[in-house]
Amino acid sequence: MRYLLMMRATGFTEAGMNPGGTYKEAVKAYRQSLAKAGVLLAAEELRPSSAGIRVVYLSGGDAPEVRPGPFPIEQGLIAGITLIDVDTEEEALNWALRMPIPSGQGSCGIELRRLEDRAVHPRDPRQTAMEAELKDYLQL
Amino acid sequence: MRFMMIVKATTDSEAGVLPSQELIDAMQKYNEELVKAGVMLAADGLHSSANAVRISYPEPGGKPKLVDGPFTEAKEMIAGYTLIEVKSREEALEWALRMPDPHGFGQGEIELRQVFEFEELLGDPESRAKEEELRRQAQESKKA
Amino acid sequence: MSVSQTHRTIDTIWRMESPKLIAGLTRMVRDVGLAEDLAQDALVIALDRWPSSGIPDKPGAWLMTTAKRRALDLLRRNKLRDQKYVEIAREIDLYTEDDIDRALDGEIEDDLLRLIFMTCHPVLSQDARVALTLRLLCGLTTDEIARSFLIAESTVAQRIVRAKRTLNMEKVPFEVPAGKELGERLSTVLEVIYLMFNEGYSATSGQSWTRPLLCQEALRLGRVLAAIAPGEPEAHGLVALMEIQSSRLKTRINAQGEPILLMDQNRALWDQLLIRRGLAALERAQRLGRTLGPYALQASITACHAVARTPSDTDWIRIAALYEALLRQTPSPIVELNRAVAIGMAFGPAYGLQLVEELNKEPSLQGYHLLPSVRGDLLEKLGRLEEASAEFERAAAMTRNVQEQALLFRRAAECKQEGERT
Repeated sequence: MRYLLMMRATGFTEAGMNPGGTYKEAVKAYRQSLAKAGVLLAAEELRPSSAGIRVVYLSGGDAPEVRPGPFPIEQGLIAGITLIDVDTEEEALNWALRMPIPSGQGSCGIELRRLEDRAVHPRDPRQTAMEAELKDYLQL
Repeated sequence: MRFMMIVKATTDSEAGVLPSQELIDAMQKYNEELVKAGVMLAADGLHSSANAVRISYPEPGGKPKLVDGPFTEAKEMIAGYTLIEVKSREEALEWALRMPDPHGFGQGEIELRQVFEFEELLGDPESRAKEEELRRQAQESKKA
Repeated sequence: MSVSQTHRTIDTIWRMESPKLIAGLTRMVRDVGLAEDLAQDALVIALDRWPSSGIPDKPGAWLMTTAKRRALDLLRRNKLRDQKYVEIAREIDLYTEDDIDRALDGEIEDDLLRLIFMTCHPVLSQDARVALTLRLLCGLTTDEIARSFLIAESTVAQRIVRAKRTLNMEKVPFEVPAGKELGERLSTVLEVIYLMFNEGYSATSGQSWTRPLLCQEALRLGRVLAAIAPGEPEAHGLVALMEIQSSRLKTRINAQGEPILLMDQNRALWDQLLIRRGLAALERAQRLGRTLGPYALQASITACHAVARTPSDTDWIRIAALYEALLRQTPSPIVELNRAVAIGMAFGPAYGLQLVEELNKEPSLQGYHLLPSVRGDLLEKLGRLEEASAEFERAAAMTRNVQEQALLFRRAAECKQEGERT
């Protein structure tokens, strides 16, 4: 099961404030433990939304509005993502609970969302090869 | 990448003197190693030059000239070859170094030559260069 | 030799020896991840010592000895701390220095075979089996694996980490399966190897140099398997299939990178050396005296094409018989259709059409676009052009593949044009 862990943006992250060395060390250690457990797919920090752009399609309109940030924090803004692949929801939650948070920067939060499963059918290479042969014969 | 390991002729091989049983066994074992490593493509021994024929074209556009063996310069002749498929020139060299001394009495010589791949002969220089660049980059990033 | 030259040589030697190292070490420490680490340790020591001491005469044995000594040390130090090691160390205590130096070839081969069965274990996902096998048995770097399948290197790295953990957690034994299990497990191994080969052979993704790399590695691993398990006809069958398919690697793509149909390829450029090797492997499979399995049958079919000097020399009757045999072993719509095509080529399109009409009634084949494609092809050959055109259009409507759609529409249009002319 794949889960996206989203770090909510705060006034501090939007202001680009340096969270301090201890936090950074903690994040590094956290990512390493994710990797060691073999669950880490991706972990990225987003730049403040002042560097972002929104493409908005208003109802009924044709061309979208393109607006540069910064955007309001209350509108579900995120500051970072961590993508993991685990066996249970409990495991995902445990990892979310272990995520380090910067101290002294007010309230912050993490949202967990499960990703849609990609249907992974085990491939039979012989069938694939024979299908390729048939298509070749049919000039497809 | 394909490489040919050429075993040079010796005065003994030219005289039809068979190699010692020890050498035969060692070569057999070596060939088995190549097979078990999945790199062996083909291996053959050649008869001495006693019944060989040399065809040369001394005059451009002219008729060929035929000369019957045996020929004298043993060292310049081929007694056998082994064709292998490997990942790199270094790997080919490793295998060549593992081949037993093909003579054992001072005339043993193995020559390692790369075999032309189809694309090299017919591909355009640009795409060849591109492929080589990619290979080089991959090797560099591997080392980093 | 300069230090950097020596390092490149050591790297080469390690790539050649690492599968055997990892296999031998896994038998000692029962942990594939730990085995890989110990093998890497030996490499580090070699990189440190060999530039000054020179490369040893038997570098493989040197690496194995060094790695096993480190394994012994590790186990003896840890046995007091870790219960798992206590059990292993108990056996290890019986190991003497002689045991380490003894390079019994048979033993190393058995270990290699055990390792292949382990990396291809069904408890792992198919993707994990492929990644782990390419890593441990073919010595490909995570970067090379990632580029071959057009996925992120981190994904490959994680896949491999988790695969090793799963093998540990599930306590997968380091052994060659026996009895009834062997057939099934061997199929899994062959499937992984052929999957790698196919990826390289037919992939349109991945960078251009990764395709031949995958083909070569799969073929090489297949040859190794057939050499260390010579009593398994399907191993020889798979090797035969891959050798013969490889013989066409250079002729199946034109200068623009577009595929050339089998019947249009320049057969003079098919690699005869590989074809000979394939036929020899097929013969080894046949000599083992059992009815041919699916890989050997598929190899036999592709061999029919390989030995035909021109397309009109193709022994379609034999091919039809081979598909019949394949159908009995592994029935599937694709095999049915291929057989219909072969029968059409062998006995005339009317017979092929007869078969296809029967297949048309099969519920499992409804919605499969290749069925009307084949029907259209046979109708065209019989001169029933209007019907053929309709079938090709029907097939085009069934597939979501834009490229195939276009080609099917083109065949439909060609039939229509031809029909209007007559």
